[in-house]
Amino acid sequence: MAAWTRKDLLSLEELSKEELLLLLDQAKAFKEISLRPIKKVPALRGRTVALCFLEPSTRTRASFELAAKRLSADLLSFQGNSSSITKGESVVDTARNIEAMRVDVIVLRHNTSGTPAQVAHAVKASIINAGDGSHEHPTQGLIDLFTIQEKKGRIEGLNVVIVGDILHSRVARSDLWGLMKLGAKVTLCGPPTLVPSAMEQLGAKISYRLDDVLPKADVVIALRLQLERQQEKYIPSFREYTRLYGIDSDRLKKAKPDLTIMHPGPVNRGLELSSEVADGPQSVILDQVTNGIAVRMAALYLVAGIHPADEEPVSEPGRIDLPVREKQVR
Amino acid sequence: MSAKTILLKGGRLIDPSQGIDGQHDLLIENGRIAKVGKNLKADSAETIELKGKIVCPGFIDLHVHFRTPGQEHKETIRTGSRAALSGGFTTVCLMANTDPVVDSPTIVEFIKGEAAKVGLIQVLPYGAVTLGLKGENLTEMAALQEAGVVGFSDDGMPVSNAGMMRRALEYSRVTGLPVIDHCEEKELSGHGVMHEGLTSCRLGLAGVPSEAETVMIARDLLLAEATGGKLHIAHVSTVAGAELIRAAKKRGVPVTAEVTPHHLTLSEEALESYDSRFKMNPPLRPKKDAQALREALNDGTIDAIATDHAPHSLSEKETGLIQAPFGVIGLETALAVLLTELVHKQGFSLATLIAAWTHKPAKVIGSDRGTLAVGAPADITVFDPEQEWSPDAGQTASKSKNSPFIGWKLKGRVTDVWVSGQARYRDGRFLTED
Repeated sequence: MAAWTRKDLLSLEELSKEELLLLLDQAKAFKEISLRPIKKVPALRGRTVALCFLEPSTRTRASFELAAKRLSADLLSFQGNSSSITKGESVVDTARNIEAMRVDVIVLRHNTSGTPAQVAHAVKASIINAGDGSHEHPTQGLIDLFTIQEKKGRIEGLNVVIVGDILHSRVARSDLWGLMKLGAKVTLCGPPTLVPSAMEQLGAKISYRLDDVLPKADVVIALRLQLERQQEKYIPSFREYTRLYGIDSDRLKKAKPDLTIMHPGPVNRGLELSSEVADGPQSVILDQVTNGIAVRMAALYLVAGIHPADEEPVSEPGRIDLPVREKQVR
Repeated sequence: MSAKTILLKGGRLIDPSQGIDGQHDLLIENGRIAKVGKNLKADSAETIELKGKIVCPGFIDLHVHFRTPGQEHKETIRTGSRAALSGGFTTVCLMANTDPVVDSPTIVEFIKGEAAKVGLIQVLPYGAVTLGLKGENLTEMAALQEAGVVGFSDDGMPVSNAGMMRRALEYSRVTGLPVIDHCEEKELSGHGVMHEGLTSCRLGLAGVPSEAETVMIARDLLLAEATGGKLHIAHVSTVAGAELIRAAKKRGVPVTAEVTPHHLTLSEEALESYDSRFKMNPPLRPKKDAQALREALNDGTIDAIATDHAPHSLSEKETGLIQAPFGVIGLETALAVLLTELVHKQGFSLATLIAAWTHKPAKVIGSDRGTLAVGAPADITVFDPEQEWSPDAGQTASKSKNSPFIGWKLKGRVTDVWVSGQARYRDGRFLTED
């Protein structure tokens, strides 16, 4: 198997199938550790991990925090509001300051797509994208792959339906790339206003009616509907949304009996999933949470292995970083 | 002051206004073109050999932002004029979205005063269409014209109310000046930061659909047709926009249009870098749009090339793709980028390119420049079509550095510029300090 060579984990789009499998294998090894009574290993002892969450998050931050602690890393935690930080001080500046404290890995959550990529370009510390705008949430994507593999024994050839607000979902994008690279057939389902038709060009199928695609599905990943979408006029009402895309026991009758139901959390109960379904036997939502720690341990462990802690920092304050680019139109 | 006689010898002279393209000499007397012809002689003249160079009318840019008054940290008339000169531009038209807005003769007088102090090139202001760019009340267009504006535009805050736009096009007939519209339906562009399409979908960025532009172009064309007002469409960026203009011109609608160098040479994929140097409004579109814009320029659907030179400071542009302001600078690189990408690589007609910088934009604003006809003011740009160089962020004449072309390998560079017969730029150097 190929070795891990990337300084950063920014997206699943950029990873090869081999790299995805490497991450999933590493996560499997760490999952065994988290089932032991003593859950800590010295893999990152002496390394420092900064959690830089510039957008509110409880679950992902807690999951990364536990993952880092179980690897024996030292931990530094920043929280804040993206907009207030970017106004006074650019995120790149913030990251350079964190790096100047000789931090090895920065786990970055930001409300703007592309921020982790820009920071990764500017600093030598490893960057793990913990969710950027509507772009990607690679560790959540890996969790979903890991959980499907665990429950179904395979990913290749499965019919996976991702249902909800695809347009604004970073989870949907990471899931889509990961699933396609590992050979699943992916259908994106939701209101036409929230499913960009360009997604078809990426290799996904598109459906506007869950009832049309549910019967063939092996896995359904329901996405959280942000409550401001109604105000933004993307949907006429939540009632109409639930009528078309909500999953309750009635709708489940049309599905395969071994359908697996996933959700990145937190669930709007009664909107995307009814409570019986969210808590029912087909739901693996809490397994996703458990697997999150193992997957994030794998991500931290692999990127930290690339970055030598004692390397000189590259901070170049005031440097105008304008790399040469390929011209676009020939 | 410009009584000197100058003879430009041995260059290839291209003047699309007269259909001239060939080895001709050019004589300047008293700040005006005195003679164009083969083997000219003038004993008392300062003779300048321009073998291997191209000699053409000084360029006119219909669309620049010099940020004065109000945002002089981005650009001043002096730094903007120097950027223009080094790119071969001898006339620029300033957009009215300054702070305060150019909606009264007082502000026009202020800008003219500042431009006179700098005195390097022709700096022509536009006036706003509506007071404060608010889209509510027309400006006193006749008074603004008397003060010296050459057109009207609310640029980045286009008139959204169709009834108001109708009035503007109707009323502007009293001046004969063009109404220049940045065509954008803001309800459609929303919070978009780049073109809405495959790339925005992949990157998870809010998009601006092509229809944000085309819906507004269609509206304006119909209103211009109905009112007879002179309409100029700023920075066309879409296939469908160009097609609408082409069809309107066929029907005889009084419309002209411009395109930017960046929309001709870059596409939406540039945003994959998340680099705000590629963020402008309208946004970079797919490659097929750039191709259609080249065709529209070639067949005359699009009259002029304008840079939409929009300086922003590094600290503003560094705030990330979503927060960063829209806009790129372009005066210093326009000629070199289009020579490289269109003429050298694709065999695009050099005369067509020069026409779009000279007599065609001159016609839009009713200027007597943009030509080497005998008697015209001697605004002359000379460039070496083969000189290779690379734009460097540390070397911009503009106060700002937000160019999408930094680091490109370019072929073709302006070497000399005369404005009204005065040498302003010689052998790639300014003749005045700072």
